[in-house]
Amino acid sequence: MDLTTIVLILDSSVRLATPLLLACLAGLYSERSGIFDIGLEGKMLAGAFFAAAAAYWTGSAWLGLLAAIAASIVLALVHGFASITQRGNQIVSGVAINFLAAGMTALLGQAWFSQGGRTPQLGADARFGAITLPGAEALRDVPVVGEIYYELISGHNLIVYVAFLMVPLTWWVLFRTRFGLRLRAVGQNPAAVDTAGVSVPFLRYRAVVICGILTGIAGAYLAIAQSAGFIVNMSAGKGYIALAALIFAKWRPWPAMGACFLFGFLDAVSIRLQGANVPVIGEVPVQFMQALPYILTVILLAGFIGRAVPPKAGGIPYVKER
Amino acid sequence: MMSGDEVPGRMPGELDMQAPAAIALSGISKSFGAVQANRDIDLLVEEGTIHGIVGENGAGKSTLMSILYGFYEADSGDIFVRGEKRKITSPDDAIKAGIGMVHQHFMLVDNFTVLENVILGAEGGTLLKAGVSRARAELKRLEREYELQVDPDAVVGDLPVGLQQRVEILKALFRGADTLILDEPTGVLTPSEADHLFRILRQLKSQGKTVILITHKLREIMAITDNVSIMRRGEIVATLETAETTPEQLAELMVGRHVLLRVEKGEAAPGAPLLTVTNLSVVDGNGVARVSDVSFEVRAGEIVGIAGVSGNGQSELLEALSGIRPATSGEIRLADGEDLARRADPAMRRRSKLAHVPEDRHRMGLVMGFEENENAILGYHRDKAYGRGVFLDRSAIEAEAREKMQQYDIRPPDPRLKTANFSGGNQQKIVLAREMERDPDVLLVGQPTRGVDIGAIEFIHHQLVAMRDAGKAILLVSVELDEIRALSDRILVMFSGKIVGERGPQASEGELGLMMAGVTPEEGEGESAEEAQAEGEMGRASAAEPKA
Amino acid sequence: MSAPFQKLPTWVEVGVIPLVNVVVAFLVAGLVVLFIGENPLEAVKILIWGALGFGEGVGFTLFYTTNFIFTGLAVAVAFHAGLFNIGGEGQAYLGGLGVAVAALALDRYVPWWVTLPVATVLAALFGAAWALIPAYLQAKRGSHIVITTIMFNFIASSLMVWLLVDHLSPVGSMQPETRTFEAGGTLPELGGLFHLFGADMGAAPANISIFVALAACVFVYYFIWRTKIGYEIRATGLNPTAAVYAGISTVKITIVTMLVSGGLAGLMALNPVMGDQQRLQIDFVQGAGFVGIAVALMGRAHPVGVVLAAFLFGMLYQGGAELAFDMPTISRDMIVVIQALVILFAGALEHMFRPGIGRAFALMSTSQRERVVAEEERS
Repeated sequence: MDLTTIVLILDSSVRLATPLLLACLAGLYSERSGIFDIGLEGKMLAGAFFAAAAAYWTGSAWLGLLAAIAASIVLALVHGFASITQRGNQIVSGVAINFLAAGMTALLGQAWFSQGGRTPQLGADARFGAITLPGAEALRDVPVVGEIYYELISGHNLIVYVAFLMVPLTWWVLFRTRFGLRLRAVGQNPAAVDTAGVSVPFLRYRAVVICGILTGIAGAYLAIAQSAGFIVNMSAGKGYIALAALIFAKWRPWPAMGACFLFGFLDAVSIRLQGANVPVIGEVPVQFMQALPYILTVILLAGFIGRAVPPKAGGIPYVKER
Repeated sequence: MMSGDEVPGRMPGELDMQAPAAIALSGISKSFGAVQANRDIDLLVEEGTIHGIVGENGAGKSTLMSILYGFYEADSGDIFVRGEKRKITSPDDAIKAGIGMVHQHFMLVDNFTVLENVILGAEGGTLLKAGVSRARAELKRLEREYELQVDPDAVVGDLPVGLQQRVEILKALFRGADTLILDEPTGVLTPSEADHLFRILRQLKSQGKTVILITHKLREIMAITDNVSIMRRGEIVATLETAETTPEQLAELMVGRHVLLRVEKGEAAPGAPLLTVTNLSVVDGNGVARVSDVSFEVRAGEIVGIAGVSGNGQSELLEALSGIRPATSGEIRLADGEDLARRADPAMRRRSKLAHVPEDRHRMGLVMGFEENENAILGYHRDKAYGRGVFLDRSAIEAEAREKMQQYDIRPPDPRLKTANFSGGNQQKIVLAREMERDPDVLLVGQPTRGVDIGAIEFIHHQLVAMRDAGKAILLVSVELDEIRALSDRILVMFSGKIVGERGPQASEGELGLMMAGVTPEEGEGESAEEAQAEGEMGRASAAEPKA
Repeated sequence: MSAPFQKLPTWVEVGVIPLVNVVVAFLVAGLVVLFIGENPLEAVKILIWGALGFGEGVGFTLFYTTNFIFTGLAVAVAFHAGLFNIGGEGQAYLGGLGVAVAALALDRYVPWWVTLPVATVLAALFGAAWALIPAYLQAKRGSHIVITTIMFNFIASSLMVWLLVDHLSPVGSMQPETRTFEAGGTLPELGGLFHLFGADMGAAPANISIFVALAACVFVYYFIWRTKIGYEIRATGLNPTAAVYAGISTVKITIVTMLVSGGLAGLMALNPVMGDQQRLQIDFVQGAGFVGIAVALMGRAHPVGVVLAAFLFGMLYQGGAELAFDMPTISRDMIVVIQALVILFAGALEHMFRPGIGRAFALMSTSQRERVVAEEERS
């Protein structure tokens, strides 16, 4: 395996990790605030559909992105209403969101475009195209460094950079701002936040909306950056992998990036290794590589590699004690 | 502005002529559904005093203070802070009005540092940086002024409860509280921690702060407060100057009639030991020793009471004896002499004729979503009488339940009714009927009358004595010292996981109180002696009591 | 005590409130149809006719109903122990492997009625085995069963694809499926039964596994409400601490409940694998495991409720197909939307209408009894 192959695999890992990372950070905000969210998948899917539909109608990738965010926020607010205001079961609500998105996107896709749930192919303007970073062309022929810079670092679309910039930003928000302090507190002990004179519902709604924004961007990435249109169920379980990555990262931003990159890498490798013989191990079934993120998460959850302790108040509706 | 004459009870007259009261409540009422928790309450708290509020559990003390702190909104009535009418509908309003509260269950974020906990909600800006350094300086100042030493960078979850409480007080003071409400602050404290707390409170008072102390412990009221208001059934029945009242008067006002401290019972005729505990120790999941090297026996025909401040290992002892919690070391033997400690299995203990009325019926003793008849067999559901093989015999279960309901006067006498629909007293009787009617040799009883009305209390006490007279061994755990003294033939005092002494039922409340505080006169050596020294203040607090 | 809701009579609690929730879910679904630009009443008419209006439609409806009874029961049983089994999909998938193993081994040698019991046992065993690992991890290692069962759905999917592609498909075939079972490995269809009523089932795949499903309902009823272990399961679900006090092992209950739940989900495979397609194919479960969540919530985790809810969803699945045919703008995905709305309103938002219904009821009722009870509660 030469450098070019490695760079290509890593490059493809970055592309595959991007939606995971956005969804994972989305989940991080929500779950850090004490609202469990297994509805990342559905919000991403809704985002993807509305991004493609809006981009198709308006011809603008940016309007597509806005539509994605709006759709995703609507679902996030439904989850918020059920979990925060109505104190319903957060798992059940998340399941409902996932089905709602799966059903509505396919239904509306068929009703609006009559292509079996797909949206029409998008033109270049309606998508986020690759950005060539300054100097990339010039450095292209420099060995190693140039190759890495040109292939791996430069040449992605805007959302990829946004996703990776979200990591330090999320860290900073979480640990350096008032909002972050309160967010971390409300997921651990909402009563402490309440008695400190801070509204628990408002705080949690804000977290849930941020979650909606980020899953919306993740969805937009799928439909109008990575691909050129929406296809039925295009999120294909990525929301659940993001959830797995979140657990893997123990609800922390930097490890979240590591986990998402790892899962993206596994995906990239499994595509590349299709049917290939790996020295020593022999032929690795593709399916095994695909299942690996889930298997790793189960092993982690079982406490065999460290302990993943979720935010203490997660999943429990906040009721003032009498 | 309010004047004193609107308030029932006698107020220190001169003071309120000069300065407006720190807090004045007028006509506060609050209902939860059909339950009236507070009824037309007037209250004056003078500035710079420590004002006690006493009452039984459920008298409405905590609700009233939660209204003052904006946690609940009153249905009607007004709140005046320093003579100014304030609308307090959220804790934020209360904080702005200079009111701080230390809740019974601490409102702290375990995995945060002390500093982070203190600034939460009062960060002083969008970014944390500036607020943190300001808070650090402020904490230094508060520490000096009020004996509130605590490491600002320690993680709160690692601190002992006494220090966690200090963090709570710091939180309130950091927000500029002039009036500090403390809700049952000593329930979880060791005596030396309680002692330190009282020093802090006096310090606060001397700096001109106002303290409202909610408690059901008369000893604390007598020891530290200037004035005291007594609550009963959602109303304030009197406000008195502490110096001019007695614990007897307060007790009478609290319950509304002379307390019946005596239970009619004859001399005990103890027989052979039915429960023998030897060197029993229990370490919990976090590695904390809860019960340390405890040995005692309970004989046939006697009630042995375990007295102690809650949280000193009584709950863990009961759980270890009943097989819910594994014993770390030591032996538990019943009459047949077999050591049960090796296997923590509640079902096995029941088969060995050891029954257990748990301390908390809601959490442990009953499944509220079950029908009454289903709860009537909880723990005994595998008995042959309730069905052979894998099936339950519903009609047999119901018939028996119906019978027991009659016998124990459980109302309404409908075994198909959901348990949650019974009143507290009747729920407790369901548990007692289940555990007593199985004719056990040994009965473990925890807090048998908690949250139970007076009529049911007498019934339950009578049943316990009758069981004793039938030759059973009864181990009674209660935080109500009166109950322990009225029922027990021997009293063991538990402190910090150890049994620190044994007394007869004639032992005075003062003496038992000292022992519950870890002061053991008979072992005036080594550790205990040092502790006794440190406990001086608590000793004085108790010494104030022999009036009782 | 945390009783934020006033007490209502049982018939309001188990009758009116769930009904209102489901009705609202369907009303919102009607709005969706309106939004798409079709007439909801017309849609309902087509849907009901498609599901029940002719023999073949009824046959399909019963076929889907059978699937949903199994998966609904699976979720319901877990609910009683306070467990949320989202893994029905994967457990049913593995159950299919059990069915296939029985059918492939026996179909050439014995008649179907010998194969059926073996396939039933193996389907239940394989489904149960797939639930065992998440159950064990929850009981012993404290990992959240919702997350592990989700993960196990994906792992099951990869495992089955791998098995079907690399190991179970006949030599020379590129299709990821087993060979077609012979007569000894297939279930009789209900065509004959339909003829007794003068109906023609046409090509509908309804088969005798529906009787296995109904038997499973009876089993679940007795298991949960009449056996000692069922009593222990309910005690654990309602109050885990009290259950421990009563000497009930949480570990045992978690594992037993999940085994039964997984087994029921696994049984679902009988219907499509042995009854309909007569071979094991990729993705034969087709979301039935998830429909089970909606069915269990709507059926209030009671077998009778589950049968009714499963029938309703069976109607939706069959009628929805008809609807998609007659109203091309409304694809079958409408069913998924309805399913989502039912889960949302009957599950996550189940208490939303309670205060309103409570007020309405209080206006109607002059009885003060509830008040008295509440008053006593305080003391």
